[in-house]
Amino acid sequence: MDINLAAVKMRNITKRFGSVLANDRVWLNIYKGEILALLGENGSGKTTLMNMLSGIYFPDEGDIYINDEKVVIRSPKDAFAHGIGMIHQHFKLVDVLTATENIVLGLEGKLDLKTAAQKIRQICDAYGFDVDPDQKVYDMSVSQKQTVEIVKVLFRGADILILDEPTAVLTPQETDKLFAVLRNMRDDGKAIVIITHKMHEVESLSDRVAVLRQGQFVGDMPTKDTNAQDMTNMMVGYPVSLNINRPDPVDPKPRIEVKNLTVRSIDGILKLDDVSFTAMSGEILGVAGISGSGQKELLEAIAGLQPVEGGSICYVDDDGTHDELLGKDPLSIAEKGIALSFVPEDRLGMGLVGEMNLSDNMMLRSFRKGKGFFTDRKSPRRLAKQVVEELNVKTPNIETPVRKLSGGNVQKVLVGREIASAPKVLLTAYAVRGLDINSSHTIYDLINQQKQKGIAVIYVGEDLDVLLELCDRILVLCAGKVSGIVPGRGAKKRDVGMMMTRLGGKDNA
Amino acid sequence: MHKNREPLFHIVKRGDMPWYFSWGVRAVAIALALICSAVITMLVTSENPIQIFATIIDGSFGSERKFMILLQNTAMLLCIALALTPAFKMRFWNIGGEGQALAGALASAACMILMKDQSNLLVIPCMVLTSILAGALWGAIPAFFKAKFGTNETLFTLMMNYVAIQLVAYFSVVWENPKGSGTIGVINPMTKVGWLPEILGNKYALNILIVAVLTVGMYIYLKYTKQGYEISVVGESERTARYIGIKVEKVVIRTMLISGAICGLAGLLLVGGTNHTLNSSIVDGRGFTAVMVSWLGKFNPIWMVLTSFLLVFLGRGAGEIATDFGLNASFGDILTGVILFFIIGSEFFINYKICRTKSAKKEEK
Repeated sequence: MDINLAAVKMRNITKRFGSVLANDRVWLNIYKGEILALLGENGSGKTTLMNMLSGIYFPDEGDIYINDEKVVIRSPKDAFAHGIGMIHQHFKLVDVLTATENIVLGLEGKLDLKTAAQKIRQICDAYGFDVDPDQKVYDMSVSQKQTVEIVKVLFRGADILILDEPTAVLTPQETDKLFAVLRNMRDDGKAIVIITHKMHEVESLSDRVAVLRQGQFVGDMPTKDTNAQDMTNMMVGYPVSLNINRPDPVDPKPRIEVKNLTVRSIDGILKLDDVSFTAMSGEILGVAGISGSGQKELLEAIAGLQPVEGGSICYVDDDGTHDELLGKDPLSIAEKGIALSFVPEDRLGMGLVGEMNLSDNMMLRSFRKGKGFFTDRKSPRRLAKQVVEELNVKTPNIETPVRKLSGGNVQKVLVGREIASAPKVLLTAYAVRGLDINSSHTIYDLINQQKQKGIAVIYVGEDLDVLLELCDRILVLCAGKVSGIVPGRGAKKRDVGMMMTRLGGKDNA
Repeated sequence: MHKNREPLFHIVKRGDMPWYFSWGVRAVAIALALICSAVITMLVTSENPIQIFATIIDGSFGSERKFMILLQNTAMLLCIALALTPAFKMRFWNIGGEGQALAGALASAACMILMKDQSNLLVIPCMVLTSILAGALWGAIPAFFKAKFGTNETLFTLMMNYVAIQLVAYFSVVWENPKGSGTIGVINPMTKVGWLPEILGNKYALNILIVAVLTVGMYIYLKYTKQGYEISVVGESERTARYIGIKVEKVVIRTMLISGAICGLAGLLLVGGTNHTLNSSIVDGRGFTAVMVSWLGKFNPIWMVLTSFLLVFLGRGAGEIATDFGLNASFGDILTGVILFFIIGSEFFINYKICRTKSAKKEEK
């Protein structure tokens, strides 16, 4: 490809955070009319690099050229002036405003919503977006909100778009739609950068891949000349296996029996509607569904954190005794001797305390042990060291606050603590969200080990490919109802995707 | 396309620094603060700055009596700061230290006045008990409403101060002595009923000793006990606390009982230990200054010894300048403000460094 077509050239970009070298003399070209996939493990500096392009960080060293002209980007406003727009993982929209109002928010000059709405419709028609300019953001689905973010960037005249893990929150159908739009934009001559951990998306969408490892640029190549295995090896730096094991269930017996569970949110919205299923010991029960279909409420109800309107959740012990979990809080469940571990979706906001160090976070589960007034600090330290060693957690030491660790390492600390308590039931919510492929596989292996120990695992996931490869059975939720339970072996991705959007998966339109 | 100049400076977060680095920065900050206040002094008053500094030091160390007052005031300020700290660690903004201490002071004075014919063996335990209970009650009321109804604790504890002040003002009239003065004079000056014992003939020694024990106790409580751990977890993340089965409401109320109880104890020490009287300004704004002590000391009881000492030292020095040089008392406050500005500002340079960018370096060449 002709070097002169490069929309963006980044040269020798270096960025340090304290003693951490996030980007180390990175060279990167971004071309017009091309979709570039930026790959790398967690903490390899992808997001940092893109944040420097979009004006959030300022590089310590190095130069940025746009259309062969050296530029200085000090703020997101400067970035927009150069036609660079970034769509972040966390949307930055005002809920009570309409799509149009959000899009023009912060623009200077006269406020003219009518013309703005017209221009938005034009953009939508040109690329095939599905947005109603007058719809309020709080009425929108996650995918619609993302669309508004993209249109916002285009509205401001961006022709270089950066998307940070855009598919993490989308269903397969929504992902297909997004990709179609991105291809339209590429064909229109825009430069697109997408950060993602999902290899099959890289393969189906991108024209070229660029790989970062530990802050350094390792190489780039046309996507058609490479494959998932090669790219992963390049990211990690050594050959890894991409297959997910699925050992046979071990002596499955009913462990958790959920009957007619109904949950309403504080605003009275039905979150779970008459949900019934049984989770077996020695088996991984996957839970699939569009995000917000009741997964969070389901796990939190079992863990004793969610007020419930009706139904029952029974814990079945090895000797066949039944214990009702409803109406118990986490403390009384533990006091009953029921070993239940829970890896929640919000790792630093719920599962761990970000400001505390590794050892103090281990103590969350164990600090009540022992009779006295004082805490036992030795055993959590020992556990922290053990988790760091066995799960290969990358941390300066066990006195480091966990918020300073990268996403994958935070998750290893959390999962490590939860399985250290020798649970009978393991609940996990989006256990690999945001994790790179190597860390994800560590987590799959850990979960499989638990399964083989005869533990009942409930795995709420979002990546259907993984659910289909890892789980023995898959419970599909659709708007709080059970859309069906399918065996993991032999299930079709398309069918599960359909069940996520329509009860039973039948097209009854 | 519009072009930007590269900024001359940008701010970079520092990594972990060795302890001598951060202390070096603080020492430089204090030196700069002294220079800056010397310049201001010369410009505004045309006095010799060296003399002014000498007077500030003289205000605290000039005589044994001045030194003991410095220690006593430091101890009382530290006592209330220690009381507020567990609440602050829990992110419960208790700015009602003033009222909680007043409630304790009122209870102590009530015991002294109403039981004036009893033996100290009975009166003093009663004073200890009632003042601690009164302070705890004053602290627990906002905590209860916060836990049950989610009320705003900052406003609630603040308002409780005024209730306590008015109550004390009311009882000052009820118990006025002599009649018609509207104030309570020294209580039981002859019998000394309810006066806390002096140690080695020094009326401040007991207070200082109690607060020293309390400082170590609070350090251990926050750092090594299960309850201290629960306070940290609730403060950092209520959701994590619930997830792990901590009853947040219980911890909030329990911690505020402790916080209020120690404030009540401060009230007892003020009334029974040193002042032997009661008026609505007996706590002297320490309930608010203590907020600063706790924050500056980063909620660490051992650091707070230093910060409370510093604030009292500066305050005493300011007062001394005002009398010795016939300056307005506000001038001392200006100097205190300048010094605090530098000390608090130095934290920024400990956490961040300012780098010059390439173009700035190039221009220099």
